[in-house]
Amino acid sequence: MDWSPVWISVRTASVSIMITFLLGILAAWLVISIRSQKVQIILDGLFTLPLVLPPTVAGFFLLSLFGVKRPLGQFFLHYFGVKIAFSWSATVIAAVVMSFPLMYRSARGAFEQVDENLVEAARTLGMSEWSIFRKVLFANAIQGIVGGGVLAFARALGEFGATAMIAGNIAGKTRTLPMAIYSEVAAGNMETAYGYVVIIVAVAFLSVALMNLVVFFEKKRFL
Amino acid sequence: MKRVLEAEIQKRLKQFELQVRFTAGQGRLGILGPSGCGKSMTLKAIAGIVKPDRGKILLRSLEHDMEHVLYDSAKRIYECPQKRRVGYLFQNYALFPNMTVEQNICAGLGKGGKKEPVREIIRRFGLEGLENQYPKRLSGGQQQRVALARCLVYHPQVLLLDEPFAAMDTFLRERLRLELAGVLRDYDGVSILVTHDRDEAFQLCENLLLMNRGKIIAAGPTREVFANPSTVEAARLTGCKNISKIKRLGSYKVKALDWGGLELTTAREVEADIDCIGIRAHDFEPLSAEDAAWIKEKGNLIFVEEPEVSEMPFEWHVTLKNGIWWKREKNNHIHDSRAAVPDYLLVKPSAILLLKSLKEEKCTCIF
Repeated sequence: MDWSPVWISVRTASVSIMITFLLGILAAWLVISIRSQKVQIILDGLFTLPLVLPPTVAGFFLLSLFGVKRPLGQFFLHYFGVKIAFSWSATVIAAVVMSFPLMYRSARGAFEQVDENLVEAARTLGMSEWSIFRKVLFANAIQGIVGGGVLAFARALGEFGATAMIAGNIAGKTRTLPMAIYSEVAAGNMETAYGYVVIIVAVAFLSVALMNLVVFFEKKRFL
Repeated sequence: MKRVLEAEIQKRLKQFELQVRFTAGQGRLGILGPSGCGKSMTLKAIAGIVKPDRGKILLRSLEHDMEHVLYDSAKRIYECPQKRRVGYLFQNYALFPNMTVEQNICAGLGKGGKKEPVREIIRRFGLEGLENQYPKRLSGGQQQRVALARCLVYHPQVLLLDEPFAAMDTFLRERLRLELAGVLRDYDGVSILVTHDRDEAFQLCENLLLMNRGKIIAAGPTREVFANPSTVEAARLTGCKNISKIKRLGSYKVKALDWGGLELTTAREVEADIDCIGIRAHDFEPLSAEDAAWIKEKGNLIFVEEPEVSEMPFEWHVTLKNGIWWKREKNNHIHDSRAAVPDYLLVKPSAILLLKSLKEEKCTCIF
């Protein structure tokens, strides 16, 4: 069995979850801080779009942004000398975009669960908005945020459609676990496919178990 | 430093328009009104949590000729809550569940916060030994003390108390009212207490605003507001159970239309715009038939007809046929209702409240 898809997937999912985690939380904070309901609805729609679009369509959009002759692709090629499409970084971009809505929505829900009075009380106590975000909002929403992070990680690990569009299926380079499973099945190598399936199920199960553990201890902490 | 808070707030709410104007200075100011009358909104506007549509909120120092403008729609001044130094005690105390008692109290002090005042306030509020507990572990009373300590540790210019006892059961409430009054005795800033509980307002506040549907309907020193509510709405809010429309028969004589045409003599002159009267349920005197025979002014004597009696722990509630409520203190160990009901009830002319039923009335009040 070729182990390269395992490493590629783990690397992709790990790097993308860090980016998604940060972006998702900041996006959630931005949306709940905006007063105007209209802007809120528009931003929310935009941030949730990748969740409701078919992954191939999302991949299509990405390709038309990051393709070698496309604006962002040109920009990266010209200024950094890197080709994004059909490289490993494309798997990360696909994973970030596709897992972002899960992170954003979980974080937003978790922030909205925090008693509004806490934020207002913090303001009257003179706490800065940044320290309110860290010590009040984030600290009290941590359970939901961790949950969202795990979901996003699992989504990144399983990303297939958008990855196929923008990163392709290049063995040893952009072939992630889901890609490898597809390729092996297509080639009739069911044995190898089983091996990959077992690995992906184990990793997904482990991360959910880990999340539950974290939540369990977090709940106990403030009692 | 002696300060006075002057507030003029207008804000369009879903059900009505909030429109208040008042001054709070020495002595706690109470705002009494039914739930949803805009009293919490008024506090939030002072704290800067909500922004009014129009108005002006400022603090004036009496000793030095200084003004601190918190909000002024005309001058486009809107200070953020962080800068206002207005302490707000929330109904649910809003303690940060992820912080210990000590961390909660220090939350607003920043990194440069000195330890000494924190230790001092923890001692003053009797929270020693609880410093490292999380709020969930504390009783309602302890939580309230922590929240109050958290407000007072940074010496707010104004302290706002939003229904501080609403989250407690009756048993605790009465003890904690005294406790709060004790703890706040040393506080020399402006303090405002919002409540829907008459007892609370009466016990804790020197001055009182009555509020309904976003408007102030009566204002003045608490005892005067209770003694002479002057409008039907105000009388209801201060707990007057018996209110009747009247027909004016003379300068001191009225006919109570809702109580079977009962004719009553008043102590104060009935002006032309008076169209209702009120009698508090405690303000009747029981009389036996023999004693009643001695009373010259028969008009204020009410014959007790078909009374309905219900027993409360410390009172009898008696409803007469004509709809009048009477509450009588009960001797604790006598449960015989026949002993509670006399032949006649007497209303002293001075116990009759003369009321106007004017709906829209603007009220400006300076203490």
